Amino acid sequence: MSTDRVAVTPAAGELLRSLAARHGPLMFHQSGGCCDGSSPMCYPVGMFTTGSGDVLLGALDVPGLDPIEVYMSKSQFAYWQYTHLTIDVVDGRGAGFSLEVPEGKRFLTRSRMFDEAELADLGLVPAGPGPRSSADVG
Amino acid sequence: MTIAPSPTTYAAPGEEGSLVSYRSRYDHFIGGEYVPPAGGQYFENPTPVTGKVFTEIARGDSTDVDRAVEAAWKAFPGWGRTSVAERAGILNKIADRMEQNLEALAVAETWENGKPIRETIGADIPLAIDHFRYFAGAIRAQEGSTGEIDHDTVAYHFHEPLGVVGQIIPWNFPILMAVWKLAPALAAGNCVVLKPAEQTPASIHVLVDLIKDLLPAGVLNVVNGFGIEVGAPLAQHPDIRKVAFTGETTTGRLIMQYASQNLIPVTLELGGKSPNVFFADVAQDKDAFYDKALEGFAFFNLNQGEVCTCPSRALVAKEIYDGFVTDGLDRVRAVKQGHPLDLSTMIGAQASNDQLEKILSYIDIGKQEGAKLLTGGERADLGGELSGGYYVTPTVFEGDNSMRIFQEEIFGPVLALTSFSGYDEAISIANDTLYGLGAGVWSREATTLYRAGRDIQAGRVWENTYHQYPAGAAFGGYKQSGIGRENHKMMLEHYQQTKNLLVSYAEGPMGFF
Repeated sequence: MSTDRVAVTPAAGELLRSLAARHGPLMFHQSGGCCDGSSPMCYPVGMFTTGSGDVLLGALDVPGLDPIEVYMSKSQFAYWQYTHLTIDVVDGRGAGFSLEVPEGKRFLTRSRMFDEAELADLGLVPAGPGPRSSADVG
Repeated sequence: MTIAPSPTTYAAPGEEGSLVSYRSRYDHFIGGEYVPPAGGQYFENPTPVTGKVFTEIARGDSTDVDRAVEAAWKAFPGWGRTSVAERAGILNKIADRMEQNLEALAVAETWENGKPIRETIGADIPLAIDHFRYFAGAIRAQEGSTGEIDHDTVAYHFHEPLGVVGQIIPWNFPILMAVWKLAPALAAGNCVVLKPAEQTPASIHVLVDLIKDLLPAGVLNVVNGFGIEVGAPLAQHPDIRKVAFTGETTTGRLIMQYASQNLIPVTLELGGKSPNVFFADVAQDKDAFYDKALEGFAFFNLNQGEVCTCPSRALVAKEIYDGFVTDGLDRVRAVKQGHPLDLSTMIGAQASNDQLEKILSYIDIGKQEGAKLLTGGERADLGGELSGGYYVTPTVFEGDNSMRIFQEEIFGPVLALTSFSGYDEAISIANDTLYGLGAGVWSREATTLYRAGRDIQAGRVWENTYHQYPAGAAFGGYKQSGIGRENHKMMLEHYQQTKNLLVSYAEGPMGFF
């Protein structure tokens, strides 16, 4: 499979380099739900326990750093699988325990829909015209 | 609540004539006094109304958390043994003090969070006041039980407090959500270490300043700071007996993970993607009930959509779809956006810049997914000093329930609208979500209301109303929306141990040895 599900912007990569210098190897878990839900949470590897209910979306390639794995719960992935995710960063102050918050920065997940070639490459049926039915993503 | 708008605008904190002024800096509140952070650092706190900094806040760390937990344990032997009458009396005095300062608290809350002043005056602060009174009453009326096991053996059950508990508060209702957690914990005889959200760390101190003389030192401790530096050390502290958290799912899991290491209970409120279902009979007359249902359609704008139960999915019966949606959109377009301290403002500012950015990113993905933008969909520039604030126009997308904007809590004034054919499809769409916190059902038929209310997998189903939060109505989630029920006397038991005394009144031995 050559289509990546996740990517990182240069600005987010820069912040990840400075966080890794202080905290060591990093990972992301994409949150859902209330308040800061839908934000990507950045933790030192080992702080957050992933399990069989999670999907590894891929790893971010930031020059000079170990690959940064990005996870999401399997149930959430059912609804997110048709979108490519890019970890970006904005000014702000999230809640949650994500590492960048004290820097006055917040990682932000930007999304775009996979095109048909990518969907085919990922083994997903192209959505075609019109809205998908719920059955496709269940 | 009934809202009677008037043209009044309140002066902002720091301006001449303001009902409240923030101090230029807030330390931690530990052991009954304000103490500077161990690390000596502070962070700036901007108002979302203008984006400008109005105070600075202690940046706590694990040393501060340790101090607070220690102070709380020092206070616990005394507080845990006070009579329920005494604790209830103190909670009632706190409520009275808040009531005497209702408008000042409302201005403080609006300035920090960005929500309209009519909401803080009409809902947030009155609900917080009533919450203390409710738990003052509930703890007085709570009784243990006795069980006669047999003629000679009796089981006595007593409620005992847990000890010191940690509470992590969200930023969408900084005072009300703190009070939802504080009132039952204090009523039950616990001491608290509370961490406000880093986006809204200051207004709770306006409340603490008002009530600190009413509570014994160390019963309530507030440690400010960032999640990773204060929240995480608090949640994994070996000397706390329970953690309560409101927020999102990843942090919720992390808190459960920490709790598993200490083998302590948690209560979690993790949000939802609440369906608001309008059955066809709603539109059979264009009467007061129809008008009420249209208000229900527009209720996603309350608190700028920053509510865990925001009715952010509208499901409208096909038979009435076109007419009802046209009228509903008129109601949404009439939502007045403006200065949050103006009493006629109906929607204010999003709580923070990153929240604004997240909402805009969802509006973008909604467009990419092929959802049809019916109204709004952009950042609002309200001009003047408000240009620096974080405002989004009320937004309605029409689409399909499988789209991400139908599945994720955007936490902004963004409605995802779709239609359904018949009862079964309505319930199926309503339940096609990872969450189950809130829901709304609108119908003139009692049977429809009852059946739909029972069939929707959510902890709170409003029927022919929405967004009411009276103390005494249990609030909490099904599915991934959390664990526990706040806002009801059953929350007391989440802050209590059960002590069983099993007593034999038999005069002789049992006969084993």
